[in-house]
Amino acid sequence: MAYNTDTHAVAAAHGHATFMGLDNRKMAFWAFIGSECLLFASLISTYLVYKGRSLVGPYPHEILNIPFTSFSTFDLLMSSLAMVLALAAIQRGDMKQGKIWLFVTALLGLVFLGGQYWEFSHFVHEGLGLTTNLFGSTFYVLTGTHGAHVTVGVIWLLTLWVQALRGKLGPENAVTVEITGLYWHFVDVVWIVIFTVVYLIQ
Amino acid sequence: MTEQAHATTGTYLRVAAILVMITLIEVGVFYVPAFQSALVPVLLVLSAVKFALVVMFYMHLKFDNRFFTFLFGGPLLLALAVVTGLLFIFYGTVRLRTGM
Repeated sequence: MAYNTDTHAVAAAHGHATFMGLDNRKMAFWAFIGSECLLFASLISTYLVYKGRSLVGPYPHEILNIPFTSFSTFDLLMSSLAMVLALAAIQRGDMKQGKIWLFVTALLGLVFLGGQYWEFSHFVHEGLGLTTNLFGSTFYVLTGTHGAHVTVGVIWLLTLWVQALRGKLGPENAVTVEITGLYWHFVDVVWIVIFTVVYLIQ
Repeated sequence: MTEQAHATTGTYLRVAAILVMITLIEVGVFYVPAFQSALVPVLLVLSAVKFALVVMFYMHLKFDNRFFTFLFGGPLLLALAVVTGLLFIFYGTVRLRTGM
C-alpha cells in the first residue's frame, strides 16, 4: 500500500527499518500496546470478578455519575480526533496546524484528568476509599491505572508540543508523532471499554 | 503518496461523528427501561464498534502493514480469552456453590 511504502521508505532512510522493511520503533510500540492489552484485561477481569460482592456500600449504582462520565468520554474521543489531525498536519508539513492540534490534544487530556480528580474526590467525600469495599479497591486500581496512562500521555504530548515550538519537530519526525498517537488512541480505546464495563453495565 | 490518500480529514471527522453518535446511543440505551433486558449485549456490541473504529482509522491499522494487526490482535485475543476464562471460572464456581 502507498501508506506502507511511504512510511517504510522513511524508516529505511533513517536506519530504523527491520528486515521486513517495517519501522522498528513502530513494531516495538505495537508489541508494547499488545502487552498493555493484557495488563488492562487483568484489571478489568479483577473488577468484573469482584463485581457485586461488596459487603458494605457505597455501591456502584449509588455513586457513579453517568452524565459526568459521558462528558469525559466525549472529551477523550475528541482528543483522539485532535491527535489524528495533529499527525496529519505534521505529515504534510503544516507545523502551525500541527502545533495547535498537539496542544488541543494535551489540553483535552488535562480536562479528562481534572474530571477524574473531581470524580475521585467526590467519591472519597461520599465514603468510597481504596479499602472501603471490593468495588472501591477494583474501581480505583482500574481507573487509576488508566488515569496514570493519560498523565504519561499528556506529558508526552506537551513534550512534543514544546519541541515543535522550538522548531525541533517537523515532518521528518512524523513517526515519533505517530507513535505518540498510537499510545494516545490506545488510552482512548481502553476508556471506551471501561466506560461500558464499569459505568454503563452496573 | 501519504496517508492522506487513504484517510482524509473528512474521514477523521466522520469517524468522530459516528463515535459521538454511538456514545449518545449507549447513554440513551442505559436510561431507557425497555432496553434493560438487552442492555449488556447491546452495550458490548456498541463498545466493540467504537473500539474497532478507533483502531482501524485513528491507529491506521486498516491502512498499515498486516504485521502490526497481528502484533496487536494476538495479545488482544489472548486478553479477551483471559477475561472470558476468569469470568467463567469465578461465576461458574459461584453457581456450583449456590446451586443456581
